[in-house]
Amino acid sequence: MLSNISKDWLGVGFVTAIGLAVLIFVPMLFDLFEVLQMTKYVVLSLFALSLAYIWGFGGILSFGQAGFFGLGGYTFAVSAINMGQTTIPFLMAIAMCALFAAALGYFMFYGRLNDVYLGVVTLVVTLILWKLINHTAGPEFIIGKARLGGFNGVPSIPIMTLPWQPDMEMEPSQMFQYFMAILIIVYLLLHFLIKSKFGRVAISIRENEIRTSLLGYDVRLYKLWIFTIGGAIGGAAGAMWATYQTFIDPNAFSLEVSAKCLIWVMAGGVGTLFGPIVGVIALEYLSLKLGETSFLNNLIILGTILMFLVLLLPKGLFPTFRDLVIKLWQRARGGTSGERPS
Amino acid sequence: MTTSAAPALLTTADLTMRFGGVVAVDQVNFTLTSGELRCLIGPNGAGKSTFFKCLTGQLKPTAGTIQFNDQELSGQTTHAIVRKGIGIKTQVPNLFDGLPARENIALSARQNHSQQQSEEITDEMLELISIAGLAHREVGNLAHGERQLVELAMVLAGKPQLVLLDEPAAGMTAEERGRLAAVLRDLAGRTSLIVVEHDMQFIREIATEITVFHRGRVFLEGDVAEIMAHSEVQEIYLGKEANGAA
Repeated sequence: MLSNISKDWLGVGFVTAIGLAVLIFVPMLFDLFEVLQMTKYVVLSLFALSLAYIWGFGGILSFGQAGFFGLGGYTFAVSAINMGQTTIPFLMAIAMCALFAAALGYFMFYGRLNDVYLGVVTLVVTLILWKLINHTAGPEFIIGKARLGGFNGVPSIPIMTLPWQPDMEMEPSQMFQYFMAILIIVYLLLHFLIKSKFGRVAISIRENEIRTSLLGYDVRLYKLWIFTIGGAIGGAAGAMWATYQTFIDPNAFSLEVSAKCLIWVMAGGVGTLFGPIVGVIALEYLSLKLGETSFLNNLIILGTILMFLVLLLPKGLFPTFRDLVIKLWQRARGGTSGERPS
Repeated sequence: MTTSAAPALLTTADLTMRFGGVVAVDQVNFTLTSGELRCLIGPNGAGKSTFFKCLTGQLKPTAGTIQFNDQELSGQTTHAIVRKGIGIKTQVPNLFDGLPARENIALSARQNHSQQQSEEITDEMLELISIAGLAHREVGNLAHGERQLVELAMVLAGKPQLVLLDEPAAGMTAEERGRLAAVLRDLAGRTSLIVVEHDMQFIREIATEITVFHRGRVFLEGDVAEIMAHSEVQEIYLGKEANGAA
């Protein structure tokens, strides 16, 4: 009989194996359009992971995760255009978002903002960034060779190159594999983090912040780290989005992007890492297919489906499916213990 | 009490907490000796809860000092105060609702002890508080009084030098209150305790020494019989003005 810990790692191993299989076989089996479509899902999955971690494992509900997505995208765009390479700009985007998250988090957590105000502040900061970047259309808003372009956005962003080889632009299939590898690594790193002492304290903060403090932990510092890690991941996703599209505009900061991120995590399953990835793929694929039809506005259909999801599957798609499989497995074996991979 | 020969564990000097023009705690000088059980009483608005919050780091005092084991506590955060060896039980029980009582207690014991030691301490606490029957029940499903007892076990499992309890008997049945009183009487002498409480019957059951707060100041200190017989204290509790109260 496997212990719960072994079962947990078995679950992670299973998810990683699926990820590796996707990384290897998708470019072989699918055409260019489908590979590009799946690259988009991978980038958005990484973005969803940024919120899945801070919300699901730290109890920090950020309504402004798009702020890091946009900031990462713009930092990458400006530095890649100026430097003519993508490796350092990618790292700069991550560092910039981590720093921004740390600065914002410092004021929020050390200022003892509660959950509601934290949600409002993250949302407002993102909207300020959106407004700010929208007003940079004039020729004076230029950083080196990169014009910010205001609502027109920044075009001609360099395509991701192989790390430290600025002359070797990635083919779409290579970019898919590179991004997929990043997604798998981030998933595994987050899983290790969740299982570490740091992660256990973070979960304890999610469960009861006051009690965690009464156990002698500096809740503010832990939350600051969690938020910073989430910001860095969101920034990485933003940079990947910018190079994937070779274009970025202020919509990256928009309320719609923040809301979508919340919906992916909610639909996929808060408190899991794999669930939000499922949420991205399911809902984005649905949007794509609904976009091909013309008999009803796809937003109405999507909204209705989301409403039913929240009402009928409050735990989310992945936890519901996982629990169902475990129940069927137990029934088949006549056992009682369960497996809960994250 | 300052009259005791035991060394002072906690002292406050001129501790003051102002909220704008309102002085909630007014130059309070207070001393608790090692192993002492002290009850803080007073009518609503007397300042005892604000005083308690200053001790626990929930409020930063406007002026004055708090010394614990010759270390300054004033202005420190709650987690830093806990790390110095002070256990805090809040008015509303703060527990990990999704976990059984046993795991809640073990988590607290695990802070300063090895895995094996923490298991032993957990068993000891379940026995001491007489809540072995709740050990495997999820605390989210327990009644308020039972949650109070689990939280007390959690606080004691950290083996603190000083325990601060804010209305620990609130919401308890008579049986639970009796059990709690017995535990606190048993602890006194081995651990130092400060109990903020309204329930005078409960105070009679546990207290040897009482500090009465009134209008943000220490109005009177003495043993339980002395305090209960004091006419001005009775007047304060009946809502009349105490003669000569500051």
